[in-house]
Amino acid sequence: MSKVLEIRWHARAGQGAVMAANNLAQVLGELGKYTQAYPEYGAEKRGAPVEAFDRISDSPIRIHSRIEEPQVVLVLDQTLLRTVDVSEGATPDAIFIANSNRQPDELRQKLNIGERRLYVLDGSRIAINEIGVDIPNAPMLGALVKVTNLADINSFNEKFRALMGKKFTSKIIEGNLKAAKRGFEEVKQG
Amino acid sequence: MEKGTLEEKKSKRRVSLTGDDAIAEAMRQINPHVVAAYPITPSTQVVESFARFVADGLVDTEFVATESEHSAMSACVGAAAGGGRVMTVTGSQGLAYMFEVLGVTSGLRLPMVMAIANRALNSPLNIHGDHSDTMAMRDMGWIHLYSENGQEAYDNTIQAFRIAENPNVRTPVLVAIDGFQTSHMVETLTVEPDNLVKRFIGEYIASYPMLDIDNPVLYGAADRPDYYMEHKRSQLVGMINAPEVIQQVGQEYGALTGRYYGLVEEYRMEDAEHAIVVMSATAGSVKDVIDQLREEGVTAGLLKVRAFRPFPAEEVAKSLSRTKSVAVLDRCGTGGAQGGPLFLEVRAALYEEKSPPQVINYIYGLGGRDLPLRHIKDVYLRLREIARTGERGKLVDFLNLRE
Repeated sequence: MSKVLEIRWHARAGQGAVMAANNLAQVLGELGKYTQAYPEYGAEKRGAPVEAFDRISDSPIRIHSRIEEPQVVLVLDQTLLRTVDVSEGATPDAIFIANSNRQPDELRQKLNIGERRLYVLDGSRIAINEIGVDIPNAPMLGALVKVTNLADINSFNEKFRALMGKKFTSKIIEGNLKAAKRGFEEVKQG
Repeated sequence: MEKGTLEEKKSKRRVSLTGDDAIAEAMRQINPHVVAAYPITPSTQVVESFARFVADGLVDTEFVATESEHSAMSACVGAAAGGGRVMTVTGSQGLAYMFEVLGVTSGLRLPMVMAIANRALNSPLNIHGDHSDTMAMRDMGWIHLYSENGQEAYDNTIQAFRIAENPNVRTPVLVAIDGFQTSHMVETLTVEPDNLVKRFIGEYIASYPMLDIDNPVLYGAADRPDYYMEHKRSQLVGMINAPEVIQQVGQEYGALTGRYYGLVEEYRMEDAEHAIVVMSATAGSVKDVIDQLREEGVTAGLLKVRAFRPFPAEEVAKSLSRTKSVAVLDRCGTGGAQGGPLFLEVRAALYEEKSPPQVINYIYGLGGRDLPLRHIKDVYLRLREIARTGERGKLVDFLNLRE
């Protein structure tokens, strides 16, 4: 079986995690990867915890079972840590990427991830600066691209722009692209 | 057989779409005369995306947003009888609400295509995937095609028109995908050029359109006991002719696109001693498990059923006759039958074999319950044990169920 990278997104409904997971699959698909993305719907209310998933591979993906042991975990909302065990099932060498303004040490403890790799980004601040609302999905996409080395940020953003062009105004598109680029540049290992 | 031109080969597009959008994309290329639909989860996105194509002027379709599924299917019946190329989309409660009109469609021999995102039936209320909805209409005279992923959803939607409209078939076709697992999953697939699809499906010329006022015809007549039975028998002709046409269309589509389709798909069955029979998305997971097990020396194989109606009994028997043990995975309950609907068909298909394999049945994935690979692996290990000991054990069981 070929090597497949499995990614899990944790967020609250309204933070754009489902869209980010879909966009990641669509952009990397256009860049030549084989991809899957799917959401895990729960209460479907704004603010409720949601999960979204990606699979990324160099060869066709056949599996349709759920992702149980992700190698990459993204956390878009640090208040989730009170109720959701974001480390559940994550592999021993999993990478965690969190949207947070906390100190990495404090965050590491709250995430309950032991010595596993942690990357931190204040994605909410970037989102507020660049798009005017706390929807941190674009900066987290940028951080994910950087940490996983899945694509070059400029070619990623080029496809990302085309994808958003179908749905959004140019102001929102430019803000999101800038937010993604800043996420790429500002994410730090904690 | 016709091949795609070089230019067409170059203009294939590799895209990442949800299963719903893969179907909507096929519909855009097919450009049906009439689409009548009432959106329902998890196929809502098909209707939404297609409505956008209509609003943007990308299709010429008369799009009828009806007030219910019963009306949607009724509008489709009228449009198809009128002579149009017609399509609708639904699932679950929506399909149940259409029920009485489904038999009218097939009884009138109206070619039509219906995309279904398979979803559980109430109660309890559940919006997630299982096959209870289409299995409940398995004897309504429709052809059933099941799709493993977004690519097959797209390919099956296109082929379905050629099958339904074939003069020897003239029977409605449903194309099913697993709700959420395929409908809401973004997957990478190849979209063919618009021209190629257009040429493949061709222009539709209805056989006996009601709108041809120079040649008046009667649809929907009453029938008394003196002729009802003869007419019901003649309705079966389309279904009897369908297997040949499904295969022929699958070959022709393969020559154009490189993706060939039959009634069933075999995976590593050449020397398989232990086989799983399943439909739709789970087949992909089973293939991954087979590759793992083959490395461990387990001779595992998969028989994926694409056409559930008409049921390909000969192909199934031929494929499974060489095996020692078989597990049929049904994604709906038994309702008091001896097992799930796929199991019943498979076991009956093997009845005349001289030394048939042992066959067991598992119910899985109800209401969107996940089927992790370890459970599929356990099925194969049990099959190997059955073959070794000759002890079949429990005939029908559940997979990944809390007891």
